[in-house]
Amino acid sequence: MEMIEIRGLWLLPVIPLIGGTLNGLFGAKIQRRWGERAVQVLAIAAAALSFAVAVLLFAKLASLAPVQRGLLCHCFDWIRTGGFTVPMAFWLDPLSGLMVLMVTFVGTLIHIYSTTYMRGDSGTWRYFSFLNLFLAAMLTLVLADNFVLLFVGWEGVGLCSYLLIGFWYKDQDNARAGLKAFVTNRVGDLGLLLGVAALFWSLGGGWNAAASAPAHAERMTLVFREVQGQASFLAGARVFGMPAATLVCLLLLWAATAKSAQIPLYVWLPDAMAGPTPVSALIHAATMVTAGVYLIARMHFLFALSPVAMTATALVGACTALFAATIGLFQHDIKKVLAYSTISQLGLMFMAVGVGAFTAGIFHLLTHAFFKACLFLGAGSVIHAMHHALGHSGDPKDLDPKDLDPKDLDPKDLDPQDMRNMGGLGRFLPKTRFTYLTACLAISGFPILAGFFSKDEILWKSFINANTLISGRVLWMIGAVSSFLTAFYMFRSYFKAFSGNFRSGPKAAEKLHESPAAMTGVLWVLAVFSAVAGWIGLPALWRLPNWIDGWLEPVFEGSRPLIRWHEASHSAEWGILLASVAIALAGFGLAALLFRNARSSAPSVFVRALPSIHRLIYGKYFVDELNQATVISGTRRLSELCDATDRRAVDGLVNGIGSAGRRLGRLSGLNDSAIVDGAVNGIAAVAGFAGRLMRLVQTGRVQTYLYVFTGGAAIAVLARALFFH
Amino acid sequence: MTPSVPDLMFYAFAVLILACGALVAFSRNIVHSGFALLGVFTGVAGLFGLASATFIAAAQLIVYVGGVLVVILFAVMLTKGIGEPRRSNPMVHPVPALALSIGLTALCVLAALSFHGNAPPPEPPDSVAPLGDALLGPYLLPFEFLSLLLLAVLVGAVMTVRKEIKPGKEERA
Amino acid sequence: MTLHIGLSHYLVVAALLFGLGLVCVLTRRNAIGLLMGIELMLNAATVNLVAFGRFLQNGVSGQVFALFVMVLAAAEAAVAMAVVLAVNRSMKTIQVSETVHLKE
Repeated sequence: MEMIEIRGLWLLPVIPLIGGTLNGLFGAKIQRRWGERAVQVLAIAAAALSFAVAVLLFAKLASLAPVQRGLLCHCFDWIRTGGFTVPMAFWLDPLSGLMVLMVTFVGTLIHIYSTTYMRGDSGTWRYFSFLNLFLAAMLTLVLADNFVLLFVGWEGVGLCSYLLIGFWYKDQDNARAGLKAFVTNRVGDLGLLLGVAALFWSLGGGWNAAASAPAHAERMTLVFREVQGQASFLAGARVFGMPAATLVCLLLLWAATAKSAQIPLYVWLPDAMAGPTPVSALIHAATMVTAGVYLIARMHFLFALSPVAMTATALVGACTALFAATIGLFQHDIKKVLAYSTISQLGLMFMAVGVGAFTAGIFHLLTHAFFKACLFLGAGSVIHAMHHALGHSGDPKDLDPKDLDPKDLDPKDLDPQDMRNMGGLGRFLPKTRFTYLTACLAISGFPILAGFFSKDEILWKSFINANTLISGRVLWMIGAVSSFLTAFYMFRSYFKAFSGNFRSGPKAAEKLHESPAAMTGVLWVLAVFSAVAGWIGLPALWRLPNWIDGWLEPVFEGSRPLIRWHEASHSAEWGILLASVAIALAGFGLAALLFRNARSSAPSVFVRALPSIHRLIYGKYFVDELNQATVISGTRRLSELCDATDRRAVDGLVNGIGSAGRRLGRLSGLNDSAIVDGAVNGIAAVAGFAGRLMRLVQTGRVQTYLYVFTGGAAIAVLARALFFH
Repeated sequence: MTPSVPDLMFYAFAVLILACGALVAFSRNIVHSGFALLGVFTGVAGLFGLASATFIAAAQLIVYVGGVLVVILFAVMLTKGIGEPRRSNPMVHPVPALALSIGLTALCVLAALSFHGNAPPPEPPDSVAPLGDALLGPYLLPFEFLSLLLLAVLVGAVMTVRKEIKPGKEERA
Repeated sequence: MTLHIGLSHYLVVAALLFGLGLVCVLTRRNAIGLLMGIELMLNAATVNLVAFGRFLQNGVSGQVFALFVMVLAAAEAAVAMAVVLAVNRSMKTIQVSETVHLKE
């Protein structure tokens, strides 16, 4: 792909950065002086401005010929050592163009939504500052031209996620959830660092770097395009005894599982629902969690070189999709349902890129962003209403006696997010209901709506793929089952919330009302996109243009030769497609049967009949507890061991040296007082003794003196006479 | 070789000197010592005369006998606490002193005897005039110094023995 | 020993006188006795000087020197007596064994 220099691409991440910084530094003052409005306007302006710039840049990109679609903005050389340079450069190609557009669009919408949702919160300025900063970090991640800058954005989104999850930090649980997210992400970041290091090593860096200089010096780079240019070299490279591509891809997969909440590092995402709902919508549905998929898509050429890595990716994705879907079946908290749904859908995306259908994965990523955001914001609207309804009247007497025993007071009685307290909201919140329904249809894969096209593409490509070591049919099977479960539990949540009678009593019902325009407006927009976004990827089967395929073709050109598909007939394709429709309808049907208007008692019968299974799945398979017992307590015990070692061995050593020093000091003191002083005193005593001797000479008597000198004179003369002639 | 008169006189004077000297040295009575000193001075004056130092002989008698001896005798008389005159000047620890002085004297005598056998030069003429010339000629400077010295001695001696007159106290005559 | 008087006779006499004076100085406790010894020694030295002046052809230098010694001896005797009188006045004694205040 050719490259065109452009200035000003850096504005895209920097504008929200400025907005976030201003709100961060001065937000409190601004909010005090000019109220919430000012803070919100500042933040929305930044987001909207970045969206505008994104649109412009996208347009510019689109205006270029496909082979030329690459805009590079090189700001400066950040790191320069020897022959290796890391530039501060942003790169807009079709893939990042799509991502950027989606991120800024959904981001701006959520900013607008948040104005109403967070109204009255004293920390509004903090919220909007973090939200802007998050946008900046995500844009940096997506626009990064090299691994290092990507890592900066990677860490940045992790940080903002932590800040926003624990936004209401005064509650310990929220803070803990934020910490859990951050720490789990950190575990994944290790994978990213190791992966980048392994890549660098296999490109010629490392111990032998000097030896393999200078001819290979230009090979050492971490810029994506240039690494892709080395793909043929990397195909044959081995590092630490393994094929380089496999090692690097597995490490990057590790990193992606943490960021995109796959097995085994997904545990933070359900807890992350402790943050405000718009945050869940933006970060944990549309943008941050997709970073893992984006990373794998970026490194498509490397993944394509390693069937092992591709299989691992697809397997992880498939298993996660199924696993999360089962958990979602029994959750009561509406946000938790959506969280597990997100994990499941991300699993599908991983499966897509794992089998080599990169375009399908990105396609699903885009559509998922719209309908998941719509779902979350819809849930937010519901929670908003429920909060008003329940928050002010938590009186058990007001609750419907049919469903509960007023004598026991469960926490769920006051939880606005618990679906068991909802019901019949469709009457009170019609707009929310309609948009939520649209999004549910989309995620289930109902024809025409967005999810249908992208999901079907994934399932079809999984079926016919020849790149994984596992048969594509197995993958398809897993994917199909999870799609069925998805449809089922999504409509379960819909029916439980919006159909039937309100289960929290008439007093609370009086307070139910539709959400303000800012919220419902956004919901409408997202619902429309949930419906139509799929039309950019119409299947060729229907003899309709598939725009996204063509748009992303230049990006994935590099790996095209390596991705092989089984031969398949059109009838097979139609068959898979119809199967997907059937699955969606079946899920919808079953859910309607069991949960519509809460008529059926089958769910409660089921729960009572298989209590242990229910407990297992409801307890999320006790994975968190398992983690706590093994990894966390193991780490804690290790740290305690180290602490004990430090205290006993190191401190013992130090104290030992200290007391040895003290003893030495005492010895030295003795030496000083006995020997040195003794010597000095001895000299003085000698001097005194000598003096006392000499004093005897001073008799004071003249005769003595006369004796002495006459005697001396006599001796002198005698000596002269006798010895010296 | 018969001794001539000057030789005999020499021996006589020598005996006088040595006998009186022994008295001075060994007498227990200080007055006896004092008067023996007179004999010594006189003997020495005789020796000077025999050696043709006539002026010196005269000066010896005047200065020593008439001056020093008188001063010594005055001092003897004036000092109280002399105690019993008869035992006022005993010898203390004579043995080491005798040994030392005998040794030193022996050395000196041996040295003196080395000059034995030299022929005496002829009798020089009268010495007074040449002495006067010498004193006021080449030896003028020491002569003047000596006069200064005598002045200093005079003043010093007076200073040493005068009685302090305390202010406000009349000296009793 | 020749009976003819020569230089050595004078010198021997002087030496013996000097010895006697030394004995006197070293053994007397009485200050005046001590000073008498000194006078003897000085006289012996003067005899020496005059003898050498007579027997070596030096003109009158021997006598001049002897004169000077004599003057000095007299001066010294005067001062010494003054000191003795002063000491006697303050310490009531002229025993030199008593005047040992400079002893350590």
